[in-house]
Amino acid sequence: MNAANGSQRSWFQRNRITLAPWLFVAPALLFFSVYVIIPIFQSITISFYEWNGLYNAQGESTATWVGLQNYEKLLDDERFFVSLKNNVIWLVFYMLAVPAGLAIALFLNQTVTGIRIYKSLFFFPFVISQVVVGLIFGWFYNPDFGVIGSVWKAAFCEEVINIVGNVSTRCTHSPPDILADETWATYGIIFAGLWPQIAYCMILYLTGLNNVSPDQIEAARLDGARGWRMLRHVILPQLAPATFLAIVVTVIGALRSFDMIAIMTRGGPYGSTNVLAYYMYETAISEYGDRYGYGSAIATVLFLIMLVYISYFLWRMYQDERGR
Amino acid sequence: MKFALKSSLLSIALSAAMSTAALAGDLVINFDDPNPGPKAGFEAAVEAFKAANPDVNVIVNINDREAHKTAIRNFLSADAPDITSWYPGNRMAPFVEAGLFEDVSDVWEANGFSDSLAAIKPTMTIDGKQWGVPYTYYQWGVYYRKDIFDKLGLAEPTNWDEFNAAAMTLKDAGVTPITIGTKYLWTAAGVFDYLNLRINGYEVHNDLTAGKVKYTDERIKNVFMVWKDMIDAGYFVDNHATMSWQDAIAPFANGDAAMYVMGNFSVDGYKNAGMTEDQIDYFQFPEITPGLPRAEEAPADAFFIPTRAKNKEDARKFLAFVAQPDIQTEWNKTIGQLPINKNASVGDSKFLQEGFETLSTATGLAQFYDRDAPAQMAKAGMEGFQEFMLDTSKMDAILERLDKVQDEVYK
Repeated sequence: MNAANGSQRSWFQRNRITLAPWLFVAPALLFFSVYVIIPIFQSITISFYEWNGLYNAQGESTATWVGLQNYEKLLDDERFFVSLKNNVIWLVFYMLAVPAGLAIALFLNQTVTGIRIYKSLFFFPFVISQVVVGLIFGWFYNPDFGVIGSVWKAAFCEEVINIVGNVSTRCTHSPPDILADETWATYGIIFAGLWPQIAYCMILYLTGLNNVSPDQIEAARLDGARGWRMLRHVILPQLAPATFLAIVVTVIGALRSFDMIAIMTRGGPYGSTNVLAYYMYETAISEYGDRYGYGSAIATVLFLIMLVYISYFLWRMYQDERGR
Repeated sequence: MKFALKSSLLSIALSAAMSTAALAGDLVINFDDPNPGPKAGFEAAVEAFKAANPDVNVIVNINDREAHKTAIRNFLSADAPDITSWYPGNRMAPFVEAGLFEDVSDVWEANGFSDSLAAIKPTMTIDGKQWGVPYTYYQWGVYYRKDIFDKLGLAEPTNWDEFNAAAMTLKDAGVTPITIGTKYLWTAAGVFDYLNLRINGYEVHNDLTAGKVKYTDERIKNVFMVWKDMIDAGYFVDNHATMSWQDAIAPFANGDAAMYVMGNFSVDGYKNAGMTEDQIDYFQFPEITPGLPRAEEAPADAFFIPTRAKNKEDARKFLAFVAQPDIQTEWNKTIGQLPINKNASVGDSKFLQEGFETLSTATGLAQFYDRDAPAQMAKAGMEGFQEFMLDTSKMDAILERLDKVQDEVYK
C-alpha cells in the first residue's frame, strides 16, 4: 500500500458523511438545473429582448435589447388581460374538483360487493390522456353531431328533405355552440377539465379515508356526533393532509391548463379562451408566433404568479417539517 | 445566457456534422409534405434529377408540414440541408432578413426565370433579389354545387348583383349560400381577401398587408360593410367557428350549402366526401367594383437554399431543374395543382384548366392574407375576421384594435 493511495482513502473517509448525500443528489441537481433552473433565467433574459427566435448564418442571435418594452406592451394588450382573467376563472372553478372529489370519495367509501369496480370506474377519467378528454368533450359540445346538439335537435328542430333529396334539419332556435361562444367557451373547457380532476381528488381522499382512525370515529359517535358535525369536526381534520395535496394538485392543474385548450379551441374563438400558458405558446412558437421576447415576458409573469403560490407551498412544507 | 449556451450547443452540433460530413456529391433536401400525392410528385422529380445528374447523391428528408414550420427555425442555423421547401412572400422574410437564405438571383438570371416564372417573381423578391424558386401554385375561387344551381336555373354569377340574386334564390330554396369553417381562422381570410381584391383591387391588398393602409380606412371599411351585409343576410352557415375547412365540406356535400370560397386543394376533399365532378364546378369570385382589374389569390410553394448549405453548386442545379417546364408539368399533374413555368402544360382536370385560365389572365397575384402580412398581423387580423363573422356589431372595435396591432408590427 503506498502513501498516496493511503492519504486519498483517508480524505474520502474523512469526508464520506458530508459527500454521500451530495453524490446522491447530484444527478437530480444536474438535471433540475439544466431543465428547470437555467431555462427560468434564460427566459427572463429573453423577455428583455425583441427576438424572432432566429440565429443568423454565423450562429449569432438576431435579438435586440429593448429593456422593459415587452412588459409595457403587456399592460396595453387586451389579449393578455383576457388570458389573465381566464387563468383566474380556471383557478376558481377548478377548485370545485376538491369538494366534488371529497363527496364522491365519501360516497364510495363503503363496503359493498364490487365497490372496487365502482372505484376504478370513477378513477377512469384520470387515466385517460387530457388530449383524449379534450377531444371527447369537443365532440360532446358539437352543435351538429354532439350530445348537446342531438338533444337540442330533438326539442327544437324538425327533419326536412333538402333540395337534393338528402335529410337535413331545420331549427326554430339554432343549437348552442358552446366552444365558439366567447362567454361560454372557457367554462366549457373547465367543465371538461373537471372530469379527470375530480377523479384525481377523489383518489386522494379515498386513500386519506383509509387512514382515518376508527377509534376517534367510535369516540365521536359515543359523544353523539353524527352526519355533518361528524364530517366537519372529526373526519375533515384527519383528512387535512389529503385536502392540502388535493388543493396543491388542483392549483397546479389550473395554472398549467394547456392541452385541453390546445385541443378544444386553440385559444379561440378569437383568443377568448386563452390562458397565460397558451397565449405564451401562441405568441412565441405557434405557426403565427415568432415573438420570443414577448412570449418570454408572458412566461415571466406566469412564473411570478406561480412563485407566490410555490413560496407559500414551500413555507408550509417547511413549517410541517419543523413541527415534527 | 441563452445565446451563449445555444451557440456552444451549436458548435457541438456543427462539429458533429463535420465528422459525419456530407461528401462533396451529397445533396440534402428537406421537403414538407408527406401526403401521398405531394410526396409522389416530389419523389418523381427527385428521381428525374438523379437520372439527369448521376454523380449527385440525393438525400431526402420528408417531414410533416406543421413540424417543418417549427423545425426550419433550428435547422437553418444548426444543421442546414442544401435545399428546403418553404413559402414566398412575408413567410420567407424573417429568414431572408436574418441572412439564412441564399440569394439565388443568379439562378433566375441564368435560366431566364424572370420571363418564364414572371407570375410569381414579385413575391419571390425582397430587396430586388430573388431568394428561391417556386414549383407549384393553385387558384382560389368559388366552388359550387352545379346540380343545385341547375335545379334552380342559376348560372355562374359574374358580378355582384348576379351573385346576390343567386344567393337569395338559394336561400328561398332553403339552401345556405356559402359554407365555411373558421375554427383555424385562415378560411375567413380567403373571403376577406377576395372582397378586398374585388372592391379595392390589388394595390390596396398589397398596401394593407404592407401596413400602408389603415384598417379604419374608408376603403377597408367598405369591405367590411359588404361582408356585414352578407353575414346579416345569412349567407354563411351557422356554427362555422367550430368547424375546420374539412368539416365545412359536410353541409356542402349534403346539399345544405351551395358554394365554398376555397383553394383548389379542396377538390380532393369534395371527391372524398362523395361528390362527383359533375356535381361540383368552379367560378371566379365575381366582380364587385365594375371595371376593376381582376387580381387573384395564388399561393405558391417554393424551394430555397439555406446560407449554411454545404453543396450550393448542386443545390443551384436542383433549383434550376425544378423550374423546367417538363418537370413542373409532371409534378403538378401528380399533385393536381398548377405549374408556374409558363411553358409547362396544365393537367386536364376541368378545375385545373379553369384555374389556369383564371390565373394567367389575372392582372395581379396575391399570395394570401397570412403570407402577405407579417405573422403577428396575420394572426390578429384573422382573429378579427372570425370575431366579426360571429358578431358584426363589433366592427369598429375590431378595426381599431387591428390598427393598434398594425402600428406595433410595422413600426
